[in-house]
Amino acid sequence: MERTNPNLAVVPAYNESATVGRVVRELRAVAPDFDVLVIDDGSTDATSDKARVAGARVMRLPFNLGIGGAVQAGFVFALENGYERMIQVDGDGQHLSTEIAVLQGVMRSDPTVDMVCGSRFVTDSGYLAPISRRTGIHIFAFLLSRIVGQRVTDPTSGFRLYNRRAIALFARDYPHDYPEVEAVLMVHHHQLRMREVSVKMLERGGGISSIRSGKSAYYMVKVLLAIFVGLVRRRPVVEPGDASPVAATHGI
Amino acid sequence: MELRIQIVSIAAAAGLFLVVFELVRRRRLLERYALLWLFSALALLGLAVWSGLLERIASTIGIIYPPNALFLIAFGFVLLLLLHFSIAVSRLTDQTKVLAQRLAMLEERQARTAAPAEEEEPVLTGRPQR
Repeated sequence: MERTNPNLAVVPAYNESATVGRVVRELRAVAPDFDVLVIDDGSTDATSDKARVAGARVMRLPFNLGIGGAVQAGFVFALENGYERMIQVDGDGQHLSTEIAVLQGVMRSDPTVDMVCGSRFVTDSGYLAPISRRTGIHIFAFLLSRIVGQRVTDPTSGFRLYNRRAIALFARDYPHDYPEVEAVLMVHHHQLRMREVSVKMLERGGGISSIRSGKSAYYMVKVLLAIFVGLVRRRPVVEPGDASPVAATHGI
Repeated sequence: MELRIQIVSIAAAAGLFLVVFELVRRRRLLERYALLWLFSALALLGLAVWSGLLERIASTIGIIYPPNALFLIAFGFVLLLLLHFSIAVSRLTDQTKVLAQRLAMLEERQARTAAPAEEEEPVLTGRPQR
């Protein structure tokens, strides 16, 4: 057990050397009750060095796993080092450290909430994404709201605070790519509780989003497939004692 | 079934069987991946040799020219094999992900215990340095 704080801030970063240093410094200044862990998702630039110099712990993946695999590494780290809460903050400077207090406030006022999502759309926070992306987000939001029976406005937001139960769930199973939407479904299937809260976000500070315009069609189809497959999955995650999942079966 | 096409079918199926068998013998192909290949080759070989059964299958499913039934069955095996490999690739992807995560965790821990000297120190205490 090497933690010095009860909370962990996980910053997934892929070729974000332009912004990751600033993100880490802000986190340490604004949220001193969080240990900062940067997950360098196989970057080819100086992301790791910049993060280390800024004072973060750095976990460097040997090759690019994609956002899902990178964030899951953070969940595993948080679980095994006994952190009570974990917040996920993008390495591109899009999420404001000053808004962490807002997410924490929600979890503190209602301890039954397992995951708090920062949303750009609960109220009009002045965030302007390209119209195509907003349309996609609203389609997911509409579908998810119907499925989970709770209003979800910004299911693609990666600015999220998790408690111990959510950490344990996602350390065991987290979607590979474009994980945020599916994560909302998993929370629902496992009868955890989520809440959204309105936050301000910036336009991206640098680097490229994990969702480039050419890939957005693939993104839509992949996530829609995940939503509909998720609907008919009897046990979304293998519980201890169940038969092995794909990840561990022998034979094939 | 005409003799020439029967000879070609038998030769192709037998050739496939021998190639796969040889790959397993040289340890270039794991048994678990070879089993489906060997089974496919044997089934095709059996149908090529025993042309009476192939003709019965062909007329049952409405194929006039029996060798076409052989192609259809071979195609079915190919689809099965491809699906088999897609499953295997998915499993390997998952396992690779877990390995990469574990490796990164170990390296992070090792870097901290090996060199807790100058700039690593404030990271260990986790307090903001101002």
